[in-house]
Amino acid sequence: MSKHTLSVLVENKPGVLARIAALFSRRGFNIDSLAVGPTEHPDISRMTIVVNVEDLPLEQVTKQLNKLINVIKIVELDQSAAIQRELVLVKVRADNETRSQVVEIVQLFRAKTVDVSPDAVTIEATGSSDKLEAMLRMLEPYGIKELVQSGLVAIGRGARSITDRSLRALDRSA
Amino acid sequence: MTEHTASPRRGDHPAAPSQGTPAVVETMTGAQSLIRSLEAVGAETIFGIPGGAILPAYDPLMDSVKVRHILVRHEQGAGHAATGYAQATGKVGVCMATSGPGATNLVTPIADAYMDSVPMVAITGQVASKAIGTDAFQEADICGITMPITKHNFLVTNPAEIPRVIAEAFHIAATGRPGPVLVDIAKDALQATTVFRWPVETSLPGYRPVTKPHAKQIREAAKLLVTAKRPVLYVGGGVLKAGATAELRILAELTGAPVVTTLMALGAFPDSHPQHLGMPGMHGSVPAVTALQKSDLLFTLGARFDDRVTGKLDSFAPLAKVVHADIDPAEIGKNRPADVPIVGDAREVLADLIVAVQTEHEAGHRGDYTDWWVKLNDWKKTYPLGYEPAPEGELSPQQVIERIGQLVGPDAVYAAGVGQHQMWASQFINYEKPATWLNSGGAGTMGYAVPAAMGAKAGRPDLAVWAIDGDGCFQMTNQELVTCALNNIPIKVAVINNGSLGMVRQWQTLFYNQRYSNTVLHSGPEHDGIAKPAQGTRIPDFVLLSEAMGCVGLRCERPEDLDAVIKQAMEINDRPVVIDFIVHQDAMVWPMVAAGTSNDEILFARGIRPDFGDDLD
Repeated sequence: MSKHTLSVLVENKPGVLARIAALFSRRGFNIDSLAVGPTEHPDISRMTIVVNVEDLPLEQVTKQLNKLINVIKIVELDQSAAIQRELVLVKVRADNETRSQVVEIVQLFRAKTVDVSPDAVTIEATGSSDKLEAMLRMLEPYGIKELVQSGLVAIGRGARSITDRSLRALDRSA
Repeated sequence: MTEHTASPRRGDHPAAPSQGTPAVVETMTGAQSLIRSLEAVGAETIFGIPGGAILPAYDPLMDSVKVRHILVRHEQGAGHAATGYAQATGKVGVCMATSGPGATNLVTPIADAYMDSVPMVAITGQVASKAIGTDAFQEADICGITMPITKHNFLVTNPAEIPRVIAEAFHIAATGRPGPVLVDIAKDALQATTVFRWPVETSLPGYRPVTKPHAKQIREAAKLLVTAKRPVLYVGGGVLKAGATAELRILAELTGAPVVTTLMALGAFPDSHPQHLGMPGMHGSVPAVTALQKSDLLFTLGARFDDRVTGKLDSFAPLAKVVHADIDPAEIGKNRPADVPIVGDAREVLADLIVAVQTEHEAGHRGDYTDWWVKLNDWKKTYPLGYEPAPEGELSPQQVIERIGQLVGPDAVYAAGVGQHQMWASQFINYEKPATWLNSGGAGTMGYAVPAAMGAKAGRPDLAVWAIDGDGCFQMTNQELVTCALNNIPIKVAVINNGSLGMVRQWQTLFYNQRYSNTVLHSGPEHDGIAKPAQGTRIPDFVLLSEAMGCVGLRCERPEDLDAVIKQAMEINDRPVVIDFIVHQDAMVWPMVAAGTSNDEILFARGIRPDFGDDLD
C-alpha cells in the first residue's frame, strides 16, 4: 500500500462531500485524510484526498470519482513535485518550570504559540506530516492535553495551475 | 457545453443545450413548469402514483396532451415499467411518485436500472423546503437514499431551476453510460410562481462522456484480432444500448470470429447465426463458456466481466489477452486487466474497428480461425442446450418456454422475472433482434417481469409483449395487471408455475442436501417440502386472481394442451392474458457453473462435466 494525494476539483454544490464520502465507503476505499475548501473560483471547491491504496485500486478510485457528475477534475499530486501541508493546533501542559522548554521546541519547529495560560500553551504548527509528527513526539513528554489536526492540503510546484483549464470549461458552460 | 457529443441513439433528446435567447418565456407555477419541461424533453409516457407532496404536479399533468400518465398500483411497478419502456423503445423511461414511502418504493427499480444501465428519470415530490430535515410527515431523504444507486440525483427547492434540472436529468440519463437519475422537487417549489424558459442552458462542467474511441487503440485491437488464433467477441448490453447491432454483425462476419452474447445482450446478435455460440456465464451454453475459457483473445464490447460471467475470476480465460471497449472507463480494468483498453460508444468503436480490420485484411493480415472453429463446432454439436423430458403426462417448464418462443416468434418482446424461468427464457427462446429481451440482469429483481412488460407494451403497442414469469415472482408484482387491464395494455403473462421458488430450490437440491427450507410456495404448514403440494392448496389460484384483475385467465396442465393454450392467448388482444402453466417442480437449469467455482468446472447436466481434451494450448 502507498499513499497518494488526489486533488479533486468539484462543483460547489450541496451534497458533493456526501457523494464523495459515500463513494469511498461503498467501494471499500479508505480515506487517510480529506480537506475541503474554496478555490479562486466561487463555483469550484477543491478537495485534497489522501488514499492509501495500491496502483490498480487507485485507478479505480479516480475513475469512480470521475463518474460523479459534480467532479470536474482529478489530479494526482506527486509528493516530490508538490507542496503538502497540514495544520495542527495542540494544547500542551506547561507551567513556569517547563514553559520555556516547550517554547524552545516551538521555535525549533518554526511553530507559533497562539495562546498561553498558567498551566498550558496552545501551539499552532503547519508543515508536512513528518515534521508535525516529529514536533508532537518532542512535546509528548510535557503532556498533550488536546490536539486537533487538519486534513492535508497540497499544491503542485511551478507556474502551472490545475484549475486553469477547468475554469475555462466552467465559464463556457455557465 | 459544446463538448457534449452524443451518438444519435443515446442523445436523442431535444434537451440539447442551445445558445441565444429562449424561444419560450412564460410565467407559471413550478408544477406547470415541470410538466412543460417534461413535454419539451420529449417524455411521452409517465408511470406513477400521486400523493401529497407531488400533488401540485398532477394538476397540470391532467391537462397535458403530450404526456400520458399511467396510474400504476405500486410505485415499484412504475419504476420497472419505466425500465421496460426504456429498454423496449430506447427512450428515457419516466416514473413519478410522492415523497416518503412513494419515493422509497422506487428504490428497488432505481437500483435495478442502475445495475443494468437503463436510462430512467424518476421524479419525486418532497416535503416543502422549510420542512426538510424536520422529520415531517412523509419525509424521506430520497436523494441521500438513492445516491449510490443513481447516476446522479437532484434536490430542487428553487422553482426557477426546474427546466434546467429536467433537461440535465434527461441528458445525463440518456448519454454516456445510461442510468437512472432522480429529481426530487420540494412541494413549495411546485406551488410557487416562476418563469418557464425553454430551451435552457445546462451546466454540467464535470460531465463529458467520451464516445469517440482512440484511433491508436482501435488499430491495436484490430491487429490483435487478425493475429489471434482463438478469439471470441464477448458482447454485452452496451452494444444494445448503443444501437450497434448492425455494426456488430458486420464485424463478426468480416472476421469470422465467434460471438457470445451475455444475458444483457441477448438479441444483439441473432441466436440463429452460425457464428453465435450462445450466452456465457453461470447458466451459459457449454460452447460459449468454454470458448471464453480456451480463448486467446477476449474481444470485449460493452460487457463488464460480471461475476456471473467470469465465475472464479482468477481462473477465467487464463490464456486470453483482453481487448475491452466500454463507454464507462471505470469498467475497464475493474475486474480483469485489459491489454487494449478502448473508451467509447460501442457503435463508434465498432464502426472504427470495421475500417481498421478491413485495412488489416487489405494488407494481407487475416485471422485464420479454422482450427478454432473445428473445436467450437464440435462443442456446439456435442453439448447443445437441452433438457430432460418431464415425467409422463407433466409439463416441462423448458418445453413451455420453448414453444412460446416458437409460436410467438422473434418479433415479440419477452420480459422475464428472475430465477429458473428467466434462465430458461434466455436459453430456449431465440432472440434475433435488439430490444426483444428484457430482464433484470445485474440486480436480479424478482417481480420485474409484469411491470416491465407493461412498460414495454405501453411504449411499443404494435408488438406482442410476453412476460415469462415464475409463480414466486408473479406474486410480487402481479397487481400491475390491474393497471394493464384498465389502460388497454394487453400483455401476455406466462406463469411458469412449479409451486416453488425454483432457483433457490435447485440450489437446495444441489448444495443443501435436498432440504427445501421455505421454498415451497403452495404448501400448508404441514408440508414437508418434498412431496408435491396437495391438490387444493393451489393458493392463490392464478386463473381466478387474473380474472379478478380484469384479465383472461387460462391454465395449462398437460403437454397435449400446450400449443392450443398458447394460440388461444395469442388471439386475445383486448385484455391482458395470464396463463398458469403447471409444470413439474424438479426441473433444473443446466448447464451450470456453481457460484464461486471456475468456469472450467461447468456441468453440462447434473454430474456430467464436458470432456474438452487438453490439446488446446
